[in-house]
Amino acid sequence: MSLMSIFDISGSAMSAQSVRLNTTASNMANANSAAASPDQVYRSRQPIFATIQAEMLNSANANSFNFDGGDGVGRGVQILGIVESDAPFQQRYEPEHPMADQEGYVYYPNVNIVEEMTNMISSSRSFQMNVDVMNAARTMMQRVMSLGQ
Amino acid sequence: MAISFSNALGVHEQALVLRGQRTQIIATNIANSDTPGFKARDMDFATVLRDRMGMSSDKVSLRTTNSRHIADQNGVGTGMVDEDTLLYRTPLQPSLDGNTVDEQLENANFARNALEHQASFQFLNGKFSGMIKALRGE
Repeated sequence: MSLMSIFDISGSAMSAQSVRLNTTASNMANANSAAASPDQVYRSRQPIFATIQAEMLNSANANSFNFDGGDGVGRGVQILGIVESDAPFQQRYEPEHPMADQEGYVYYPNVNIVEEMTNMISSSRSFQMNVDVMNAARTMMQRVMSLGQ
Repeated sequence: MAISFSNALGVHEQALVLRGQRTQIIATNIANSDTPGFKARDMDFATVLRDRMGMSSDKVSLRTTNSRHIADQNGVGTGMVDEDTLLYRTPLQPSLDGNTVDEQLENANFARNALEHQASFQFLNGKFSGMIKALRGE
């Protein structure tokens, strides 16, 4: 039944968005974590979203779920991985800082707070939208079940 | 005299199924609203419904005279919407990551589709209660 797979589709999107929110939280929390050397400094983490390929879903869920009826209509979201940003990190001259190196430099993460705030708003909106979709699908299914009564 | 369900239910049976499938397509669009490179899709409801009801004039379907014959895919009431009946949406505002999902548009379409699903359901329910009334003869 096609309405049933909406729970899988929206559910995969919700879990993907919550991973994105997690990375945002981690980035924001570590935005001011200083480090003594460039290789110890925290780097901004970003998830990579991708559409779940229909073939993969069919082989994995052949018995339990009928995700899309075998023709690629319904596809969820997956997270391919979490990459650390290569953006240049901040090097600040703070000789009195306890973690400063010989030249007096402290290294700060390459987290862009504005970008992270945008990510946070976007992911919470998307999450909310998928919850609405799931609720609507549930109402529709309940209605169909009462057919003929 | 036999009751013909397909005559009695008319277009609403297929319409309800198709509405459910369209819900799934739009849910996929909304789920992938942040996936880079994802292309939003939808179906032309009127055309697909006409195909399902066997009313389209531009398609020729195979006639099966033996149980071993393989029915073609253009037949009436085939299971799911297949890849080539799905169309791609034309984006109104291009985005940097190649994603063509417009969240507002998809939300509006989803709400409208849910309402039309309810309408189809009520028509179908009315047909059934009418039949039950006729059978009881009260």
